[in-house]
Formats: sequence, structure tokens, C-alpha cells
Amino acid sequence: MTQIFAYIPHQGGVAADIAFEFPEAAKKLDGAATLTAVVTGSGADLDKVANGLTSLYAEVIKIDNEALAYPNAEVVRKALLNVLDANAIVLAAHDTFGMDLCPGLSIKMDSTYVADVVDFEGVDGSLLKTVRQELGGAVSTHVTCDITAGAVVTIRPGAFAPVEAGQSGAVADKSADAGDLTGKRRFLEIVEAEVGDVDITKSDVLVSVGRGIEEEDNIEIAQELAEAMHAVVSCSRPIVDAKWLEKSRQVGTSGLTVKPKVYMAMGISGSFQHMGGVKGNPFIVAVNKNPKAPIFQVADVGIVEDILEFMPELTEKVKSL
Amino acid sequence: MEILVCVKRVPDTAENEFELNSAGNDLDRDDLVFSVNEWDNYAVEEAIQIVDNVGGSVTVVTVGDDESEEVLRREMAMGANNGVLLSDDAFEGSDGKGIASILKAEVEKGSYDLILTGAQADEGAGQVAGMLAAMLDLPYASLVNKVEVGEGKVTVGREIEGGNQEMNEIDLPCVLSIQTGINEPRYVGIRGIRKVAKVEIPVRSASDLGVDAAVIGDANAKVKRVDYFVPDLGEGAEMLEGSTDEIIETLIEKLKSKGGL
Repeated sequence: MTQIFAYIPHQGGVAADIAFEFPEAAKKLDGAATLTAVVTGSGADLDKVANGLTSLYAEVIKIDNEALAYPNAEVVRKALLNVLDANAIVLAAHDTFGMDLCPGLSIKMDSTYVADVVDFEGVDGSLLKTVRQELGGAVSTHVTCDITAGAVVTIRPGAFAPVEAGQSGAVADKSADAGDLTGKRRFLEIVEAEVGDVDITKSDVLVSVGRGIEEEDNIEIAQELAEAMHAVVSCSRPIVDAKWLEKSRQVGTSGLTVKPKVYMAMGISGSFQHMGGVKGNPFIVAVNKNPKAPIFQVADVGIVEDILEFMPELTEKVKSL
Repeated sequence: MEILVCVKRVPDTAENEFELNSAGNDLDRDDLVFSVNEWDNYAVEEAIQIVDNVGGSVTVVTVGDDESEEVLRREMAMGANNGVLLSDDAFEGSDGKGIASILKAEVEKGSYDLILTGAQADEGAGQVAGMLAAMLDLPYASLVNKVEVGEGKVTVGREIEGGNQEMNEIDLPCVLSIQTGINEPRYVGIRGIRKVAKVEIPVRSASDLGVDAAVIGDANAKVKRVDYFVPDLGEGAEMLEGSTDEIIETLIEKLKSKGGL
């Protein structure tokens, strides 16, 4: 029988939201498989997470060690290799830790690796059928993965429906099996994101700009619209990479999470990393000259126009109200 | 410091509107515009800056066909000292593990202190660097947005959720995948490209590299893309059409009702 292990990320004694999504993913992967949660860490925080997970998983493996207090991928990998069955399927989140851990884990487990899966279409013989996206979400793909010798699969946070608590599982302590946890990479510290001049997380209306703004000087056009709408300018990642706006203006999984009432996505393609930072079900207006931009799938209202022409006209009309 | 940067020629997401072919199972590949993977430019820039500071050389390598030579030349025009093209019909259809195996063979031919890649490429997996590191038994960090070279080690920042930065110390040699925004990749003009147009770029085959034939190529790929498709995601946005004036009028009414104005 197929065994699935779900590696549960956690912080401050609380499991990440994806802990609720792995059971649904595992069911779609193989309904007959057994699912076990695996959680690594140290001390009281770890116990709190492990005990909490028993309401979602029939079995929870915990690996407690001082060296695992902060999730250093190299050290976590060592612990997992000593605890997990070699032919198992390992599920992890496609987040900054999963991306650090999983490619190397698949090599060391001598299994296959599929990253950033958004859906499963079951197992056919030895082939697991998965759905992924490529080219920044512009196209989807079916990808098969040979699971004869196990597999490591990262799933996209938010892609699978969360389950309700309904298990009454038990915690198995495998700390003694973790083995040597020394490594060549040592965690030093977390440097917190700088706080900017405006707090985009507090604004009800955001005028958010992406690549479609084309040049640094054009940011002003968005600022004028934002001013007219009593809104604040935010942006997607490429604008911060280009140093046209401060990091504190960036919406997305690698930036800030915002919960506005209205989100004006101006020249933003709508990658999942960006939309992952837009919460609270706002009214989303998307303006993009590419009619195939993924943003139009998630927006409420879509307009196929060049933002450099559209925004000034909208600004004028709003001002004249 | 000897640095190897692994780069890839990819369809340019900024220059193309991706559509499926008439059979509906693959990209329409006519007229696709290709360029170097965006992340790779940051990796090459970082390598050049490190060498400017501490000395050494930068080699760029790619697994691809003849056309991939152009991306190597572009990165050499940025300032990379050497280029190597790993090319063989036997490489075609390799999965991530296959590509990592090919790169491993090339790494073992040299003596590198630091191996860099972009954090991800067109397929969005971000897998090759981590696999390569594990195969070489070297330490690894992904999504790196800061590198400081020390004695026998580097201090690296990783971009993690919420815009925070995770600082680590890693022993050399190591493998790092580089995130966009770590630096500002220098501009490459026509003149720069011309300067390196005649530089010879060695091409290495499977047998030159001595790569294990059992892990490369389509036949040995255990992870395979079956097809491309456009998912049915429901209705999507209500598209506003008409003249710009009409669109704006409708939009303003909607914004008023939703608290946007």
C-alpha cells in the first residue's frame, strides 16, 4: 500500500494553513494510501503543533531536536532520510522552505520529484498523474511521475481545498531515529522586512502596478490615479526588482499580504506568487493589454487596454466626479 | 574564486503570448521569441561582481542545442570569461534529474568554488540546483538574495515569506540558486555581443562528459510532460468592452458600488 508523508511547516507553535490542504491532496493522489503527518522542530512549540495535528491526521510523526529548532533544509533532510520509508511519497509545500528541501531530498531518497503541483489525477500503474503550470501560469501541463521508488512532490499552497478537523490521531515520537544532524550550512538569523513610508496592508483601495508600467517614470501615472481614488500604490515583484518602488510596496508571497476592498491590478499578469498576497476576496479590476493574461481568470472585471493610456483617462474621469 | 553559472534558453514570457497548437496539446512554437532565463542574468551578474571583488573567473554553461549558444554569448558579453555548451541528441527530453546529471559531469571536470543557477526557469520547478548539490554532496541554499564571500565560506541571505530574509553561513564549495532583485544585471548592447561573437565555445557531448546514459534523455525520464492545456477555470472576469469612455463609465459605477470610490 502506498504510504504518503506530509511534511508540515509551522511557526510559533502553529501549523501552516497547508496542513489542512495535504489531506485533500493525498486523497486525490491516491485514495487508498495511508497519510502520515511529519513535523520537525524543538520543545514546547513542536509538541503544540504535533498535538494539534492529531485532529487532522491519524498518525503524526514528530522529530524533536535542538538542531531542528529552526527549519534548516540541510538538517531537516538528514532527519527525514533517517525516519521516512525509502519508497514513500513525500508531500511538502511549494514555499521557500519546500523549494530549499525537496529537490535534494528526492535525489537522496533516489525517488522522483515534481514541483508546484496544483492538482492530481490519480495513479495509473506506476505513474502518478499531476497537473502543473508553466511559463508563469500562462499554460497548464499534465505531468506524469514514476513512483515505483517513491516520489517527492511539492503542492502549491491554496490549490487544494482545506479539510475540517475530524481525526483523533496519535503522535509517534521518532526523535531517537533522527541520527547525525550536523551540516555544512548554519542558520544565523532572520532579518525582518523593512517598514516603508506607507502601509499598503492598511489601505482599502490599492492601485497595483506590474510590468505593464514599462518605465520608472510611468509610476507617476499610477500615483495620480491612486491620489484621485484616495488609494495607495502597490506593485508586483518586477517593479521592486527594478528598484522603481520600495520592497514595502510589494504584494505577494515574497512581499506583503493585503486585504483591500478593491484591488486595481494594472499591467499585472497575475502569477500565483502575486495573487497569493491578495486575500480577503476583494473586488479585483484587471487592466492588461494581453487578453490571455492569467489575471483575467481571477479578476472580477477585466479590461483589455494599455494601462499607460487607460489610467490617465480614468484619473481624469474620477477627478471630475 | 572559480564560479560556474548554469543558464537556460527559454521562451520569453514578456515577449510572447502563449497559445496552443491546432492539436491543442503543445505550445504553438512558430514565432516564439526566446531569451536567457530572467533569473540567470541575476546569477551571472552576481558571479561577475564576486570575481570583481575577490578575483577568479566566471564560466557559463548550458544544456541545449546549437541555438543555446546565443544565450552563452549574451552572458559572456555581460562579462563571463568562458562559455561551455553541453549538447547531444541523447540529452533531449531529459527530466530535471537528467539535466542535473549532465551538469554534474561538467562540474566534476572543473574545480569550482561556487556554482550558481537562477532560482527557477520556464517550467517553474526550481529543481536543478538542489538536485545538483545533492548529487555532488555539496551544501545548497535556494532563493538567494545576498552573497558575502568569506574565508572558505559564504554568508547568504535567502528570500523567505513576507519579504523577510533568512541569513545562513555555508561552507565552500556550495551551490546557490539566485533570486531576482539581488542586483541590477548590467545592460548588454550590440557592441558587447559583437565583442564575443568570435570567441570559441567548446561543445561537449555525452561521451565527452562521460555522463551515465541510464539517467538522460526522454527514454530515461521518470518525470514527463504529457501535454499542454488551457484549464477551464470557469467564467473568469466580466470583460468590459466598447469605447474607452464607455468602459470607464461602467467601471466607475462598479467601483462606487464596491467601495472603490
